Amino acid sequence: MAVHDFLSPVADAARREGPYNKIVLSSRVRLARNVRGLSFPGWAKKPERVKALEMIRPAVESLPQMADSFSESMDNLSVLEKNILVERHLISREHAAKNAGSGLVLNREESLCVMINEEDHLRMQALRPGLQLRQAWHAIDQVDSKLEKRLEYAFTPELGYLTACPTNVGTGVRVSAMLHLPGLVLAEQVNQIIQAVNKLGLAVRGLYGEGTEALGNVFQVSNQMTLGESENDIVERLNKVLAQIIEHEENARTMLLEKKPKTVYNHIGRAYGILANAHSISSKETLNLLSLMRLGVDLGMFNDLERWQVDELFTTTQPAHLQKVHSEKLSAEERDLLRADMLRDRLKDVTRPRAK
Amino acid sequence: MQCCVCKEREAKVHLTQIVQDKMQKVALCEECAKQKGVNDPTGLSRADLLLGLGASQEMEQSASDVKCSNCGFTQADFKKAGRLGCAECYETFKEGLEGLLKSMHKGTKHVGKVPQSLQQSRDLSDRLKNLQRKLDKAVAEEDFEQAALVRDEIKMTREKLTTLSAS
Repeated sequence: MAVHDFLSPVADAARREGPYNKIVLSSRVRLARNVRGLSFPGWAKKPERVKALEMIRPAVESLPQMADSFSESMDNLSVLEKNILVERHLISREHAAKNAGSGLVLNREESLCVMINEEDHLRMQALRPGLQLRQAWHAIDQVDSKLEKRLEYAFTPELGYLTACPTNVGTGVRVSAMLHLPGLVLAEQVNQIIQAVNKLGLAVRGLYGEGTEALGNVFQVSNQMTLGESENDIVERLNKVLAQIIEHEENARTMLLEKKPKTVYNHIGRAYGILANAHSISSKETLNLLSLMRLGVDLGMFNDLERWQVDELFTTTQPAHLQKVHSEKLSAEERDLLRADMLRDRLKDVTRPRAK
Repeated sequence: MQCCVCKEREAKVHLTQIVQDKMQKVALCEECAKQKGVNDPTGLSRADLLLGLGASQEMEQSASDVKCSNCGFTQADFKKAGRLGCAECYETFKEGLEGLLKSMHKGTKHVGKVPQSLQQSRDLSDRLKNLQRKLDKAVAEEDFEQAALVRDEIKMTREKLTTLSAS
């Protein structure tokens, strides 16, 4: 089965709701695990990786949580399919670059995704809409407990779960939330927040994880340390920090509306103007303007536009999703034209934002 | 001062970061700084940069000809990739890794989840130690009835432990 036949329509994915949806787009908990006795994927030769995949994949597929899952070897996926998975935030860019000897198992609800032979033998993640770190941790913990009965993990009592990169050793856990922070960006406070968060030993990254830009005012906050702190403590520490960031974002929005309402209306009005009328637009500009539209929805400036519709466009205007609906191979310029066509069409019945 | 990445040009960018009350300093030339994204105003990659540099420096201090007997991985490989070859490498390069782990993590000992099978055997050996103390005490107090009971319990716990480690 092709990936896009398995994946739910983007509109359905965008409609999934969770707590603090307005600011927290999604929560994720990822575990890194390796199988005892095998070299790590980055060092193992191809036959060894293939053998490891043949051993690990059936174990993952047989999990009760993975009934009716999508399971595939990475060499059987086209570049387009892999990029669609990246744009849906289901696999990392690193994993999209893998071929024979690496694999992917994704559950029906798209809430559990196991990457096999990424940087570690197993990179498994639980995803939830909104702020639900505890729930995500609980879900992946259960998967892990089932899997440890079928695979013997590389583990020592001193160093915990052994991982290819020493930065993940110990719990092997990365707890993260994706945040939409247009208020802090407009109020020029976001760098202060990032620095404060960094000081607490947490990392702030862009839309697609490590080494990526904060497009569309979307930031990922995650733990950086994995040794010497339990999973629960990490989850709770992150929850505390996230609650504060949410509060700061809300305050920034209130403050902007009180002190610089014209600036806010101007940004949102212009974003609407360009998105609804452009005939060529890049994905980067689209994300940044859609972010302002989303803020407009949050502020109640649009009568006939809902948040999920903006979130849907956040994904469908991305290069691979755009390419998917067109059979012929598109150049970047052609994509910019088609993206603009799509946006004009989707926004044609949306009346312009009104200032309050 | 020399740039600590290329070790050629003069360092013009000086970075200081405090992580967990520990100060880390890095001096870079303009080119290397640019390459590592230090000029990036968001400062997102700084922590990674510091960690990355720490990695190669720490590893340099340990003997340079060590090779992992399990997978053939060497220190030079680690410097290049920043990743280890296999789980055994943690033992092979233990010395070099110690300082590195200390600098990048909260602690040096694992706290948190343990695979259940290991947890069980750990619980059993803890129980065994307790029982042994109880036995010693009973013997010292010449409470032989109690000692016999404890001795039987020790025997049972030992058996459980052996069947667990055999499975």
